[in-house]
Amino acid sequence: MEATQITNLVSENHRVSANTGEHPDLRIFGLLTFLFSEGMLFVGLFTAYLAFRAIAPEWPPEGTEKLEILLPGINTIILVSSSFVIHQADHAIKEDKLRAVQLWFLATFVMGAIFIAGQLYEYQHLGFGFTTNIFASTFFVLTGFHGLHVIIGLCLIAAVLLRSLQPGHYHSQKHFGIEAASIYWHFVDIIWIVLFLILYIL
Amino acid sequence: MTLAEQPFHESTASIEVSVQERTPWWEYFTFSRDHKVIGIQYLVTTFAFYLLGGALASLVRAELATPDSDLLPPEWYNGSFTMHGTIMIFLWIVPAVTGGFGNYLVPLMIGARDMAFPTLNAIAFWMIIPGGLLLISSFFVGPASTGWTAYPPLSILTEQHAGQALWIFSIIILGTSSILAAVNFIVTIWSMRMKGMGLFDMPLFCWAMLATSVLALVATPVLAGALILLAFDLLAGTSFFNPTGGGNPIVYQHLFWFYSHPAVYVMILPVFGIISEVLPPHARKPIFGYKAIAYSSMMICALGLVVWAHHMFTSGTPDWLRVFFMIATLLVAVPTGIKIFSWLATLWGGKLRLASPLLFAIGFISMFVVGGLSGVMLGSVPIDIHVHDTYFVVAHFHYVLFGGSVFGIYAGIYHWFPKMTGRMLNETWGKIHFALTLIGFNLCFFPMHILGLQGMPRRVAQYDPQFAEINLICSIGAFILALSTIPFIINAVYSWFNGAKAPSNPWKALTLEWTTDSPPIPHNWHGEPPLLVHPYDYGTVDYEKLNQLLADHEASNLVPNH
Repeated sequence: MEATQITNLVSENHRVSANTGEHPDLRIFGLLTFLFSEGMLFVGLFTAYLAFRAIAPEWPPEGTEKLEILLPGINTIILVSSSFVIHQADHAIKEDKLRAVQLWFLATFVMGAIFIAGQLYEYQHLGFGFTTNIFASTFFVLTGFHGLHVIIGLCLIAAVLLRSLQPGHYHSQKHFGIEAASIYWHFVDIIWIVLFLILYIL
Repeated sequence: MTLAEQPFHESTASIEVSVQERTPWWEYFTFSRDHKVIGIQYLVTTFAFYLLGGALASLVRAELATPDSDLLPPEWYNGSFTMHGTIMIFLWIVPAVTGGFGNYLVPLMIGARDMAFPTLNAIAFWMIIPGGLLLISSFFVGPASTGWTAYPPLSILTEQHAGQALWIFSIIILGTSSILAAVNFIVTIWSMRMKGMGLFDMPLFCWAMLATSVLALVATPVLAGALILLAFDLLAGTSFFNPTGGGNPIVYQHLFWFYSHPAVYVMILPVFGIISEVLPPHARKPIFGYKAIAYSSMMICALGLVVWAHHMFTSGTPDWLRVFFMIATLLVAVPTGIKIFSWLATLWGGKLRLASPLLFAIGFISMFVVGGLSGVMLGSVPIDIHVHDTYFVVAHFHYVLFGGSVFGIYAGIYHWFPKMTGRMLNETWGKIHFALTLIGFNLCFFPMHILGLQGMPRRVAQYDPQFAEINLICSIGAFILALSTIPFIINAVYSWFNGAKAPSNPWKALTLEWTTDSPPIPHNWHGEPPLLVHPYDYGTVDYEKLNQLLADHEASNLVPNH
């Protein structure tokens, strides 16, 4: 048997050196993987909505008040712009501008809070309740679940703001929290765009 | 000298392991972040649930031993088979093969110190116990009794309201745990392989875990969505799945099976991986068709996502959709067949060591083929319509899930027990266990094919007396199967404490987990993991040279300033 067949498999293009017990920061990869799964939850709910809609003889069912588009439209503009706002923080921290990060995050937080307030206002002024009919139920479940995710996003932003008060917690080389919160915020934003399209426009 | 008799380098380092380097016994009862501790926690916990699920199955078979409904009150019978199915799927096979074997083996096989996210790993495990207890607690309020599928409108109108609600919340918790584990596996397998190990240098178990985790990641949240809507129907008075309120129960079926069909691949793919690991070292041959097996795992993963409606051929599914799902379903037989034939070719001409791991692995292949064949039959629309909801279906999925998954799990336990515990299992008791399992299993489930073809419906406590003889045989088989667990438990418990000390590599295997102590130290290797050969180079490597390299490697790790 040829001894040369025992090869030391070490190749040049190695990814990770597990040998020292250290490995690169994989948290962003993990977060994106998790958000993909989270996205599938919404895909399931969206599909259910579209299926109910396709089966129903009339949509929304007779006697259901039409959805008002002005307030959700404004809300959409606010939420979509907030994604650009939070993105500035991502840039700022790479240049070690912590003050700017705090301002951008604060601005995003305020915009998110306005969005939630707008949603609550809409809930109170709708002509139907949770169990009125299948349309009403799906409407509340979809927007409610999304709203829950916005609130989680707000919590993350608040947590980053609190942590940023500790000197040296975030800097250009270490800013996972800032990156994670903004990725999550973009996710919430993307879900809203799809939701807005199928719920209000379609 | 034959290859199987080749002396193998024995790690001597274990003698020098200080006491602090060993995992203390009490760590298994804590929130440990060590992937090996978590793996064993998963295996032991899920095995306890397996015993409970088995006890419930015995109750069901006891009721069915006679045609009359004379043993259990009807709601308890319904509760028993519901909880049996739910426990076996969500608390035994899924967490045992992914969380148990996956956690224990993946980092060891890819030469990593631990999983990518050790704390997340521990959190995922510690969701299993509350989820399981929540499910079991439903026995005290009237257990969920609508089958493991919980189809509405039955599950909305059920009298076991509280039990059904507990069932839903339990499954959501267990599903979340499964998603977190999947995230961890994907990141670990993709990014934590040791220097020099490419994707195609990985043991096939890791490929299987990658495919499994993608499935769990994509499909599980959809089930969560369906169950959330079901919970609103049950508790908040909505009517998503209630036709009287404008809802549609078929939508639930689609969402449910979009998860639950991939779930069967979540339960079988890691077991395929186990078989690919067990066969080569015990047959002393390289695996046949490494790339074919790796790709077929990914192909099963892709196909597995587009076959779900074959569970719904009788649910008013339109013809064109039925045909699509039938073709997709039959296509799954292709990658599965590739695996089966690769395994057979691996065994062919090998120098077989017929110890318990290989016995169970061969048992797996034979039993799984039976389940696979009846699966192809059920996948074709005309036969499925004929035998839908009969015992033929029950026979099919028990051949796949018991004859497949559970046989494979046992093969894995017999194979890696020495690594996990540092002790050898008793071989005689292992063979007794295997023989009893094989006999009991076939006696219990093979006749069910006939029952099903004769038209006996599933999920009934009372049946036509013409089925009495065959049912009695099934019940006797079920009790033998239940008894077969006893030699295993005795063997495992006794050997864990008093078994012969296991060397670091009792099977003379080439994958990385066998290059460290049995059991491995907390960070897996004293120095760097010795990645010297491909995982299945049996018969093609120069063993003398390999031994020398392993010894050199170890010596270099014992240098004090390491």
